[in-house]
Amino acid sequence: MSSLPAISTATLTKDLRLEWRSKDAINSMLFFALLVVVIFSFSFNPTAEESRQIAGGLVWVAFLFAAVVALNQTWARELRNQVLDAYRVSPAPANALFVAKAVGNFVFVSILEALMTPLFIVFYTLRALGPAWQLIPVAMLGTWALVVNGTFFAAMSIRTRSREIMLPLLLFPISIPALLSMVEGTSAILTGEASAKFWIVLLAVYDLVFTSVSLLLFESVLNAE
Amino acid sequence: MKFLYAAYAITWLIHIGYLGTVRARYRRLEREVEGLDRK
Amino acid sequence: MKKAFPIFALLTLVLLSYALYEALVAAPTEQTMGEVQRIFYYHVPSAWTAFLLFLVNFVASIVYLLNRSDKADILALVTAEVGVVFCTVVLVTGPIWARPVWGIWWTWDLRLTLTLVLWLIYVSYLVLRRFSSGSQTPLMAAVLAVFGALDVPLVYFSIWYFRTQHPSPVIGRGGSLDPRMTRVLLINWAAFLCLALLVCWSRYRLERLKREVEETQALEALLEPKGVR
Repeated sequence: MSSLPAISTATLTKDLRLEWRSKDAINSMLFFALLVVVIFSFSFNPTAEESRQIAGGLVWVAFLFAAVVALNQTWARELRNQVLDAYRVSPAPANALFVAKAVGNFVFVSILEALMTPLFIVFYTLRALGPAWQLIPVAMLGTWALVVNGTFFAAMSIRTRSREIMLPLLLFPISIPALLSMVEGTSAILTGEASAKFWIVLLAVYDLVFTSVSLLLFESVLNAE
Repeated sequence: MKFLYAAYAITWLIHIGYLGTVRARYRRLEREVEGLDRK
Repeated sequence: MKKAFPIFALLTLVLLSYALYEALVAAPTEQTMGEVQRIFYYHVPSAWTAFLLFLVNFVASIVYLLNRSDKADILALVTAEVGVVFCTVVLVTGPIWARPVWGIWWTWDLRLTLTLVLWLIYVSYLVLRRFSSGSQTPLMAAVLAVFGALDVPLVYFSIWYFRTQHPSPVIGRGGSLDPRMTRVLLINWAAFLCLALLVCWSRYRLERLKREVEETQALEALLEPKGVR
């Protein structure tokens, strides 16, 4: 089998199965996500009115930190077992590996977000005054924005010193427009004071641009010797 | 105005500072070249 | 080529002095802001120069990705470094101008925020170059540069829309400019462009020399007879 979707799916299922079996990584990250929510809620203790204004920022910064922890170990298993060399030699398209990793990260980070959100709602008594369903495109497009670049930069960070700090260092500046969109979009929906449409469109454009560039350039990065 | 002179002065400090590092690295390299030539 | 450098350096110095005189003395004083407004003649051309340098970095990075040219890689490195220097100047002179005139050190207005994000992106570029292992560095850096450059319009639009939703003081002059001021502005820009060219030229020479030395040292290490020296 050499088609991109086939290989991606195979790699993805393998990853998910391995994660599910080990459960170590998942559990520690879930706990980390919980800790992040609690600490943020301790530190920022606004009234119900204020909380709607700032929740967007709080929630996404918390998600960002959780995502970085997840992204940092994207390629760890491959590195441990010299899988990347095997990939370079095989006729499989490099993009298949990238797509599998990115989608895997997306699923994982989405699970983290899905678990952190109810906690935030509880701690801040959040209620959306605007169209709440719009939070779904914001969350999905925003998460993909972080994950697609995060997976790519994680691959780039492999051959650098201080690998773990390199990833956020590269990811954060480039993610600024996406982060701004996520935060503003979420705030707009929660406060109901403005429309989130522009932010959703901007996130979609961001995702399109960076998914294309990542797919275009991943092979070069993988093969860099 | 103090702010005006501060702004201009800092601009020049930044540029001269950077050029200074370039010159320092250049000197260090030239010394290494001499070391290589002598071998 | 060697002869041209000191001549150009002298020319740049003369032009910069002339531009300084124009900015401090010859240009008319602004009505509302007073003398402090003259910071504008340094702040704005530095920004334009920085943007231009980053644009060159983008082009050089693409050239590198297409044909792996060593010269393109050095050019990318040089323009990123010098671009960050000019960008730093913008970020420092901006608040110094803002404080006396608008009473605040910082505001998330479009131009200043965009400059800050650019600074962050290219500093991360320079950090990547510093921290990555030798042989892959040019490729990784070129890839990052492409990501960064493509990000810029997205940064612009996101901040622009943010500002329409949350208006706040704008640093800078609104409206059209007195033609005498435009003239001084352009003179200063020409002077800074020459300075940028001069600095890039020196840095380029430095990098070329550095790589030649490294190559020679590597060759020597290979050719050294094995065992005791």
